[in-house]
Amino acid sequence: MNTLIHRARSTGPLISRIVAALFGGYALAALGSVAVLALPTSKPQAVLIGMLASFAIYAGAVIWVFAVRSALKAWAGLIIVGAPLSLAAWSVA
Amino acid sequence: MTAADDDLPAPRGIRQSMASLHTWAGLLLGWILYAMFLTGTVSYFKDELSQWMRPELRRLAQIPDQAVVAQRIADELGKVAAGTSRWSMRLPDARNNSVAAFWLTPTRDAGQRAFGDAYFDPATGRKVASRDTLGGDFFYRFHFQFHYMPVVWGRWLAGAAAMFMLVAIVSGVITHKKIFVDFFTFRWRKGQRSWLDAHNALSVFGLPFHFMITYTGLVTLMALYMPWGERVAFKTPAERQQLAAELSGFIQPGRPSGQKVPLASVADMVRQAQERWGQDNVGRVNAVHPGDAAARVAVTRGEVGRVSLSPQYMEFDGTTGKLLTVRESVGAAAETRGVLYALHLGRFSDLETRWLYFLVSFMGTAMVGTGLVMWTVKRRQKLPDPDHPHFGFRLVERLNIASIAGLSVAMTAFLWANRLLPHALENRADWEIHAFFIVWLLTLLHALLRPAKSAWIEQLWAASALLFLLPVLNTLTTQRPFWHSLSEADWVFVGMDIMCWALALLHAVLAIRTARQRAGGRSRRDIDRRAPNIIASGEVG
Repeated sequence: MNTLIHRARSTGPLISRIVAALFGGYALAALGSVAVLALPTSKPQAVLIGMLASFAIYAGAVIWVFAVRSALKAWAGLIIVGAPLSLAAWSVA
Repeated sequence: MTAADDDLPAPRGIRQSMASLHTWAGLLLGWILYAMFLTGTVSYFKDELSQWMRPELRRLAQIPDQAVVAQRIADELGKVAAGTSRWSMRLPDARNNSVAAFWLTPTRDAGQRAFGDAYFDPATGRKVASRDTLGGDFFYRFHFQFHYMPVVWGRWLAGAAAMFMLVAIVSGVITHKKIFVDFFTFRWRKGQRSWLDAHNALSVFGLPFHFMITYTGLVTLMALYMPWGERVAFKTPAERQQLAAELSGFIQPGRPSGQKVPLASVADMVRQAQERWGQDNVGRVNAVHPGDAAARVAVTRGEVGRVSLSPQYMEFDGTTGKLLTVRESVGAAAETRGVLYALHLGRFSDLETRWLYFLVSFMGTAMVGTGLVMWTVKRRQKLPDPDHPHFGFRLVERLNIASIAGLSVAMTAFLWANRLLPHALENRADWEIHAFFIVWLLTLLHALLRPAKSAWIEQLWAASALLFLLPVLNTLTTQRPFWHSLSEADWVFVGMDIMCWALALLHAVLAIRTARQRAGGRSRRDIDRRAPNIIASGEVG
């Protein structure tokens, strides 16, 4: 039982990070690609800027998730960046 | 917070975390990445490969007048694709000796293909009388959508692989503390160190290219991967069309009038484009509702000599031939996308640039390959029982063999099938592709059944032999042997033969070097002596 708890303790955060990287990263990139619509530029250009930049956001998010000291911090970072992006995205939706 | 803080075994620096990320992001889709890199690399010569795979088609000693060819094919399409609502043709240029055209199938029943396509002979206007083959387009399409699966799945898989690659590149750079020094370090015949040094040199030298090619690869299909901005921004088809116009030269068809009016002179339209962009610099001719009073024709600029694939075209009234608009610029973001797209495809290149693309991309392939091999080389030393490695190790080892050496065998087999399959075979083009996958599967079986080292050596020799003999097969089965091509200055066929021999040599060298290597790279004592340094330096692995 103890070893089971130990295993969960050691792999749980890793799985949490992997989920944060794969799905959290994509969600952040998607949010960013919508948030740029708030920029004062024509719609087609804004859409394209969002698409072009999204992969940099995604890659940056993945690096962040694995660079910080804990899985909790990884998620916290994603949420802190995601919050203003959500606001901007919500304003144009 | 403490529970979360110790989720990694010991306090690790960012370099170690990034090293692990680099290792696993690189490995998980590494085999797919290797195949994408290699098929993508050869696709820089896709047009030349297509020429080689249709040996019945005469070489164009000089580019025919594009205006004359356009009219000839337009007339032919009027018969072949009568009643279509749109057709499109790519005119012959310095790299293309045929006209590839496609059209929307007029009456679409359930189950029927939406598009028809064919290759036409620019000299006669008839469909080319050549063996049925996908030509170089097979490797090109496989490179981003694979095969035997819905196109969209394949593209998503390719996108995931590219994203993993991007992460592997960034984490690989962060891991590296001495990127410059390492580039000038090469320790020959030192087992793991040599693999590491090779991997570093290949990665660092080509770094700007590898980064560019990965990011721009994602850009080519970005509308598929990141559709959310588009979905939120545009509510009506008209708005969506605004975006489409920034991206492509395919004009949107309006409603047909139903009144029949013959198409105006296509040759005259192409002439106007030639005056604007140069004699041989017209790319495509696209028509909507040809033969109807509402017909319109777009003539696009060629891809040579401009580092952007943003649409540039002249639009004509299809019944009067009057020039309606000239479109030569798009918005800043769209232009950025056009340049990134063009950088990926490299179609603007002249011959020298194209070879540079090919070589650096080849190094990228080798970077992925050495990375994959390193995973096993590094772990073999730490195995508790090197003679009976655990399942994961064996899996990686065998997949490496089939996806690296086996792919060379399979790709060459594809070219052999092109020369050997009977012309009358039904679905011949499909069978060339089946041959590729059957041979690839056989190399996997071979890799599973044989000891790892023997499997490597045997498959490398098989690839070498197949490559070396391909020009011989070409001599026996076509009218275009090496000496004939040389005397005709037919550089596509000459180049193909020489390339086969060069690659045969490369595979032979790899086979010989693998055979010379003792199991585990160097002697055991040697490794034990070195081991502390390797661990201390905390290298990527």
